[in-house]
Amino acid sequence: MSEHAEVSTQDKGSFGLYSLGFFLSVVLTLAAYFLVQGYLRSGGTAFTRDFLIGAIVGLAVLQFFVQIFFFLHLGRETKPRWKLLVLFFMILVILILVLGSLWIMSNLNYRMTPQQINQYMQNQDGGI
Amino acid sequence: MSELAETAVLHEERRHSDDKTMFGFWTYIMTDCVLFASLFATYAVLHNNTFGGPSGRTLFSLPYVLVETLALLTSSFTCGLAVLAAQRGFKKQVLFWFALTALLGLVFLGMELHEFHDFVAQGASWRRSGFLSAFFTLVGTHGAHITAGLIWMITMMTQVARRGLTRGTLRRLQLLGLFWHFLDIVWIFIFTIVYLQGVSL
Repeated sequence: MSEHAEVSTQDKGSFGLYSLGFFLSVVLTLAAYFLVQGYLRSGGTAFTRDFLIGAIVGLAVLQFFVQIFFFLHLGRETKPRWKLLVLFFMILVILILVLGSLWIMSNLNYRMTPQQINQYMQNQDGGI
Repeated sequence: MSELAETAVLHEERRHSDDKTMFGFWTYIMTDCVLFASLFATYAVLHNNTFGGPSGRTLFSLPYVLVETLALLTSSFTCGLAVLAAQRGFKKQVLFWFALTALLGLVFLGMELHEFHDFVAQGASWRRSGFLSAFFTLVGTHGAHITAGLIWMITMMTQVARRGLTRGTLRRLQLLGLFWHFLDIVWIFIFTIVYLQGVSL
């Protein structure tokens, strides 16, 4: 019994923290859901689409941090914070990967004339 | 006296190796995030390429996906409670919370498979358009992770029932908890970027 306590004294949550994290996650999920439903019901006139996308992505990022903190207990690590360091590196890689892909692809779209795109599509069709 | 010191050193070494395992698993999860990021990027590039087929707006049913999301979120919470009970050495509570987690995970997986089946029956399979290929790959990969997690969870429940909460099972339960929370975090982004954004296009 004492060994259990020994193995797991640091880096752990409590019932209160898990419940708070769960509550916040549900609130954030429902907020994003009703924002989109409101937008659809108003026929897209309640606010602009850019605002809607920005808001729901913002809510998702917020929920990401809520779950990282309350469920994964990050930020309460003891001194050499390797997990946090690896997390930051992962976020960096993801940003380069996702934003880079979107940038390159939209740039390609921009540089192709509609005629070139049609030509390309026809050549593709010939192959099927 | 020296014996006491030796056990203290032993404990310290064990804790150290457990921490190493946790860190190794954490690193695996971070690399898995990169896998999901590349699938997200593919989806983001292809999500408008419906090739005359159905778009997200006509396919997705938001209330259905919301129920799915809440089921997975609740399972992430009960999974946390299971790990908490394991750390405190309450075997019966561990089994109860993990059973609940597995049940909610099964509900989630069943709803997802039902949705896939529905789409394919409507003629919106992964062969229909670039958008649907990217959709099925991204959401399907997450579903495959959930399936693996459920198999792992059932294995762990049998281990706990048979061997009890030893140092080994406790360590593996913590890794499983980490994995399950991670899957819920990935789903937040699928819910937001695929479903919520898909219907508001």
